[in-house]
Amino acid sequence: MNERVAPTRTASFEARLQKRYAAERRFKAIGLGAILFSVAVLLFLLATMTLNGIGGFQRVEMDVPIDFTQAGIAADPTMMAQPGAVNSLQAQGLPEVVSFYASQALGEEAAAEIGPDAWRDVAAAIIADPSILRETVTFSLPTSADLASGYSGEGSAEMQALAQKLNDEGKLAKNFDPGFLGRSDATNPQQVGIWGALKGSMLTMLVTLLMAFPIGVLAALYLEEYAPRNRWTDLIEVSINNLAAVPSIIFGLLGLAVFLTLFPSYRSAPLIGGMTLALMTMPVIVISGRNAIKAVPPSIRDGALAIGASPVQVVFHHVLPLALPGILTGTIIGMARALGETAPLLMIGMRAFVATPPDGLTSPATVLPVQIFLWSDEIDRGFVERTSAAIIVLLLFLLVMNGLAIYLRNKFEKKW
Amino acid sequence: MVTVVHENLETTDAKMRARDVSVFYGDKKAIDEVSIDIPTEYVTAFIGPSGCGKSTFLRTLNRMNDTIPSARVEGEITLDGDDIYRSKMDVVQLRARVGMVFQKPNPFPKSIYENIAYGPKIHGLAEGKEELDAIVERSLKRAGLWEEVKDRLQDSGTALSGGQQQRLCIARAIAVDPEVILMDEPCSALDPIATAKIEELIAELNGRYAIVIVTHSMQQAARVSQRTAFFHLGKMVEYGRTSDIFTNPLEQRTQDYITGRYG
Repeated sequence: MNERVAPTRTASFEARLQKRYAAERRFKAIGLGAILFSVAVLLFLLATMTLNGIGGFQRVEMDVPIDFTQAGIAADPTMMAQPGAVNSLQAQGLPEVVSFYASQALGEEAAAEIGPDAWRDVAAAIIADPSILRETVTFSLPTSADLASGYSGEGSAEMQALAQKLNDEGKLAKNFDPGFLGRSDATNPQQVGIWGALKGSMLTMLVTLLMAFPIGVLAALYLEEYAPRNRWTDLIEVSINNLAAVPSIIFGLLGLAVFLTLFPSYRSAPLIGGMTLALMTMPVIVISGRNAIKAVPPSIRDGALAIGASPVQVVFHHVLPLALPGILTGTIIGMARALGETAPLLMIGMRAFVATPPDGLTSPATVLPVQIFLWSDEIDRGFVERTSAAIIVLLLFLLVMNGLAIYLRNKFEKKW
Repeated sequence: MVTVVHENLETTDAKMRARDVSVFYGDKKAIDEVSIDIPTEYVTAFIGPSGCGKSTFLRTLNRMNDTIPSARVEGEITLDGDDIYRSKMDVVQLRARVGMVFQKPNPFPKSIYENIAYGPKIHGLAEGKEELDAIVERSLKRAGLWEEVKDRLQDSGTALSGGQQQRLCIARAIAVDPEVILMDEPCSALDPIATAKIEELIAELNGRYAIVIVTHSMQQAARVSQRTAFFHLGKMVEYGRTSDIFTNPLEQRTQDYITGRYG
């Protein structure tokens, strides 16, 4: 009798089967390897940033006790609440008072290395609480940039020696500097802060979001739901896709040519920066929005139309809510890109040295990535750590922004 | 080629009346000069092989084909004597008067309550919460779903079983109190028990609404309808009492289809 062997039980089939399994194992291993590699790179990046950046949140300070009862500074609480308070304290000789007590406590040589703007910290403390003028208060005042680099083992030999001496006497210390988050740009790395750039970034992002999101979503809705399919809409589609791929500095040139010609007095303002970035973000939102709208099943539209909903009601009651999570995903990507963008903002003048945080959308400002770029360009070694610290602030801002968007997305996500 | 219409039909008031209706998709003629009266007293079934145009014709009755840019309708369709394709016809109002249930259950991904209340809300049929509650309850009762869902009206409509979802869609159509309900193969995605429930429901709704059902299942047409139209290749071949169409067809093609020779 001729025994029939099923083709799935032959030796060659078994061999092929083994090969298939081997291919699957290989694929899994490669995928896992890729993920592990990216995680390792990410961890390395975060670790370096954190290690470098921690120093940026600190500064070298010297303790100076000031006996205000002898200093002859007068501060009326009502006057201290007014804008000119710092100037009034300066006119009363506060800088001299500070340097006098500094030389008393530290000696002439060390007192000369107290930061030139250190008295402003004292002024801020007085303005915050005028009652300290009745007692002796010890301030931790920032040193000059030279002494700070001497402390880090850099800079001139004299400064290193002085830093060594003061350190041995316990007069010099590197302390956590909460003011870094409250101050703005300065020429002395000891005096700089990130608040100005952070606020500038927030205002710019606000303008970007308010402009790009509604325009992008409405454009996507119109193109998907209303526009007829013809050569013109094809052309618009191709243009939008190309727009999303245009190098960002081109948008900067556009902002410079159009927005600054229309509003020449708003140079460096978050309003113009936000508008420029909105141009860049909008195509990303349109593209992701159209995909999200396409993914809404036609049966939902049919169902709504069939009970007599008008096309606008179909769009706003059914299509948009269902597409919103997808649209938000695109918005996150677009906004994250806009937040990290430097080049277009350089073109419209947001690289200026701005020592005060912006008051509003129209006052001069800079943004976090531009601030990082500017600091990384500084010669003074003190800026290296400050740059890393600014990068950490930027990453945290990004994290908060994305976290918020993901929270919103999950909230709107419907189960099917 | 003219439709063979049985001569033993009782005269009825036609709720909807189609005369020489042709539908084109671009250059392709999908429906060829169909004429039919849709009464309120009887359930009308459209049967025929796949692609014969019965769904296309159904969708012309509430102008759902308007959403397809290349579709074009010729001929005349009237609802209570008004031409529904005249330029001044309000499509939104038409669809509120001629409801539709689709092949695949398509509840909105909202709560059961919201699914039913949506239609009455956008048409302003209810004043105040109590009236809306009453409409929701009445619609669900008519659709035979009330007992099953009355304790979980706030649950998502998509969490129901397939049969329940389809009855929810029927309740949704009923909620705006239409005059005609079009059903496009409403049971093709359902199991036999759910199908039986929908068929029972159709029998109960008969008389209150003019009902047109498109179906692939000849047994279903025989069970739920009193009038049957047989479609083939875009033409309406034969129209008559359901019992006559199935036992005593006049056309050879109808005979071939119902005996299972093709389709």
